[in-house]
Amino acid sequence: MSETASKGQDYESSLSKATASVAAFEKRKGLVPQIQSALHATPALVPLVVLVLSIVTFGVLLGSKFFSPFALTLILQQVQIVGIVAAAQSLVILTAGIDLSVGAIMVLSSVVMGQFTFRYGIPAPISIMAGLMCGTLMGFINGWLVAKIKLPPFIVTLGMWQIVLATNFLYSANETIRSQDIEAEAPMLQFFGNVIQVGSARLTFGALFMLLLFVLLAYILNQTAWGRHVYAVGDDKEAAELSGIKTNKVIITVYMASGLICAFAGWALIGRIGSVSPTSGQLANIESITAVVIGGISLFGGRGAVMGSLFGALIVGVFTLGLRLLGADAQWTYLLIGVLIISAVAVDQWIRKASA
Amino acid sequence: MKKVLMGSALVLTTAALSTAALAEAHNTTACLITKTDTNPFFVKMKEGATAKAEELGITLKTFAGRIDGDHQTQVQAIETCIADGASGILLTASDTGSIVPAVQQARDQGILVIALDTPLNPIDAADATFATDNFLAGELIGQWAAATLGEDAADAKIAMLDLGVSQPTVGVLRDQGFLQGFGIDLGDPNKWGDEEDDRIVGNDVTAGNEEGGRRAMENLLALDPMINVVYTINEPAAAGAYEALRAIGRENDVLIVSVDGGCPGIANIADGVIGATSQQYPMLMASKGIEAIAAYAKDGTKPEPTEGKDFFDTGVNLVTDKPVDGVESISVQEGTDRCWG
Amino acid sequence: MTIQPIVQGRGIVKRYGHVTAIDHADFDLYPGEVLAVIGDNGAGKSSIVKSICGAVIPDEGEIKIEGKPVHFTSPLDAREQGIEIVYQQLALSPALSIADNMFAGRELLKPGIRGSLFRQLDKKRMEDFAREKLTELGLMTVQSINQAVETLSGGQRQGVAVARAAAFAKKFIIMDEPTAALGVKESRRVLELIQDVRSKGIPIILISHNMPHVFEVADRVHIHRLGKRHAVMDPKSISMSDAVAIMTGAMEPPPVEQQQLTPKAA
Ligand SMILES: Nc1ncnc2c1ncn2[C@@H]1O[C@H](COP(=O)(O)OP(=O)(O)O)[C@@H](O)[C@H]1O
Ligand SMILES: [Mg+2]
Repeated sequence: MSETASKGQDYESSLSKATASVAAFEKRKGLVPQIQSALHATPALVPLVVLVLSIVTFGVLLGSKFFSPFALTLILQQVQIVGIVAAAQSLVILTAGIDLSVGAIMVLSSVVMGQFTFRYGIPAPISIMAGLMCGTLMGFINGWLVAKIKLPPFIVTLGMWQIVLATNFLYSANETIRSQDIEAEAPMLQFFGNVIQVGSARLTFGALFMLLLFVLLAYILNQTAWGRHVYAVGDDKEAAELSGIKTNKVIITVYMASGLICAFAGWALIGRIGSVSPTSGQLANIESITAVVIGGISLFGGRGAVMGSLFGALIVGVFTLGLRLLGADAQWTYLLIGVLIISAVAVDQWIRKASA
Repeated sequence: MKKVLMGSALVLTTAALSTAALAEAHNTTACLITKTDTNPFFVKMKEGATAKAEELGITLKTFAGRIDGDHQTQVQAIETCIADGASGILLTASDTGSIVPAVQQARDQGILVIALDTPLNPIDAADATFATDNFLAGELIGQWAAATLGEDAADAKIAMLDLGVSQPTVGVLRDQGFLQGFGIDLGDPNKWGDEEDDRIVGNDVTAGNEEGGRRAMENLLALDPMINVVYTINEPAAAGAYEALRAIGRENDVLIVSVDGGCPGIANIADGVIGATSQQYPMLMASKGIEAIAAYAKDGTKPEPTEGKDFFDTGVNLVTDKPVDGVESISVQEGTDRCWG
Repeated sequence: MTIQPIVQGRGIVKRYGHVTAIDHADFDLYPGEVLAVIGDNGAGKSSIVKSICGAVIPDEGEIKIEGKPVHFTSPLDAREQGIEIVYQQLALSPALSIADNMFAGRELLKPGIRGSLFRQLDKKRMEDFAREKLTELGLMTVQSINQAVETLSGGQRQGVAVARAAAFAKKFIIMDEPTAALGVKESRRVLELIQDVRSKGIPIILISHNMPHVFEVADRVHIHRLGKRHAVMDPKSISMSDAVAIMTGAMEPPPVEQQQLTPKAA
């Protein structure tokens, strides 16, 4: 025993001369590995390139009909709801979770804002606060179940999706509150529908809110401790816990933030469609996940940049309007979006190889 | 102790027997299967059926898909009704073709199947169909729009806001009816989008809700901002289209027409959002359906279709406050009295 | 004058149901030393070390740190007192940078309103600090502090983990099998790191199965057997084979006078 051991020691000591530079970092060589690590470092690059290319392509094909301030700002308006919800979804997916209840939370929050104002005669600002609190509370329930009861996020939010949606229908009795009534009695509910017009470019407050939200989240995720913790939790929860991050707190606050952002999306939804309609937003969960995935955020958590989701949402918007203006059947849009989703995930896998 | 037990068992048995006897007295069970139970149209349908069933002493069981297009749940509902020994089924099918074998199974068991609102494919797969004449509904708003524009109809720019890319029959009938009424050649009347008239700027789909209506309107406005006639599949889509027009300040020079006659839709006519709508009557469909099942359970008579049509027409009225010559219409006041949802 | 131990555990007991993982064990760690803890699988090495850092709460016994009794309920409590742990499974977030990992859970904020109100991280200060610490341990060439940990080799990752512990440890560092997953060259680097850390005056508790490694770096060897401290030996006065024999029960430990319960006077 001691003999083999000391032999081992001899063997090692013979190596000791070679070890001096072992721990130094090697530089990667070659173009492909360089691209790989560039993408690894800036994951929003791929969707940004795709976005620019698709705008250019449709611009060439359609000319000023598409490549005009009017059409381009129209895309912003059309993606604002999905974009805001995708921001919420990004946070959750970064923690290696998923939130299927985003659309339901959005709609319930908007219904609370509308019904509190019109059914109970509560002043609009207070109703809006109530709606925002409602969204945050739903998010808290999601987060608490995921963090404390340790249920899988997919299951928790699948359940909450049904619960929140049913609550929405029961509470609203499926009544639409009309745009004209809102405009007359509680225009604040339509706040996000206000427009800043610059030439033929039209920026709605809702679209601006979406852009600001993404900038804010990018700042929070990159520049604050909480943001880094979100990544750490999604990357490896055990490791994060061991290195001293309070992972449960991070998860619960992430789902609460998601709920709050969805409630804002609900408010923006009123601005967008004018009315409070309990049947809207049925596909928001799938559409937001699509934007996030195309945006290059890994469904396995911990990787990707929130800006990618904005680009992802915009890519979908560009394709939808561009193909529409080209006169293509709407099915082509879905087909291409399907291709984009699969390509995005393939690129994600490839980028991960850079780290293997 | 034993005695008490036996006593109560006896009471229970008697109770059970008498309940059975009671059920025997009016053992007619009817099923109502709708696409969803969230859409106000189906909510009203359920209300109409429930009220009539209570009046006639029929047991009514209601089922609904989770979302529009949820075929599976509807098949399960039919199976449940067969097992339950129902006398009749009122059905608004999500998938009018695929549901046929399940419907046939029910009819083989001697159950009367009535399609409500949406005809099956083929229409005679059901014993009877109680529905709005959707083509006529479209035709009325088409005629109204053309008459309202007068000479300008010749160079109108029309946006067609349809239901979905799969072209469900209801949507096709309303769309083609509208074009017929407006005086545009239909091409294939079983299909929208194949017309060649230059007055049509384009077709887009709305899913029948506000968000979809707004997006579709924006898309078509990007094709041609001077659109001045908008056909919409229903009133939520019309409300969405109006928001899109309002956003570019054109809400006052565009004529929006729609179909449905829901209460918010009628209110939107009063507010000038929608110019005219064709009102349909879901409560009537449902209550007529229940009556038919009651009659069938009593002596086996089956309902007859309206003369000249292959379904029982539950009627449709054009609602507008700007009536035109040659197109019959009712006032917004009257429409409000008869609206649903 | 006797030196005060950094850690002093007396009569520690931890039971898991019927299993007594620690059975009235004692434990001493003295300033400036590397104390190796060896023992068979299931002897209770991890359990006793975890009860020192709060990962396990002992059922009985007393633990003093620098003479003061402590009752940690989580490793975070221990961390606040300047006790760092290098886990076998490393506890690094692969996708995050070296700097992010070093400061996980104790980030530095920018001075002034940017830190207090906008909660902005002082990335520059954290990067500089991380670079300085890694360089101190001879671990790196300077430009790569923002490299994701997953792009590092196993030895380099272990290096980051050790550097993090060394940077923040005020009292001592616990290392659980730090070389278990590494190749020969990388293990060697980590052993050098351990010696570097000791030379900075930070004591280390080293759990290891690898006898050559233990005998190379340890000042004293704590032999754990059946949940108890069985013997504490000076690695220079005992052969590896005897240590293994004592550890497995094949040989009785020498009398206490010949053991090394306290370090030799400096
Ligand atoms: N969390 C636990 N639950 C139940 N038994 C445990 C647990 N942790 C350790 N044990 C038991 O306690 C004993 C000592 O384990 P451990 O401290 O891990 O020993 P070592 O680290 O020396 O291998 C073993 O019998 C082990 O199975
Ligand atoms: Mg162990």
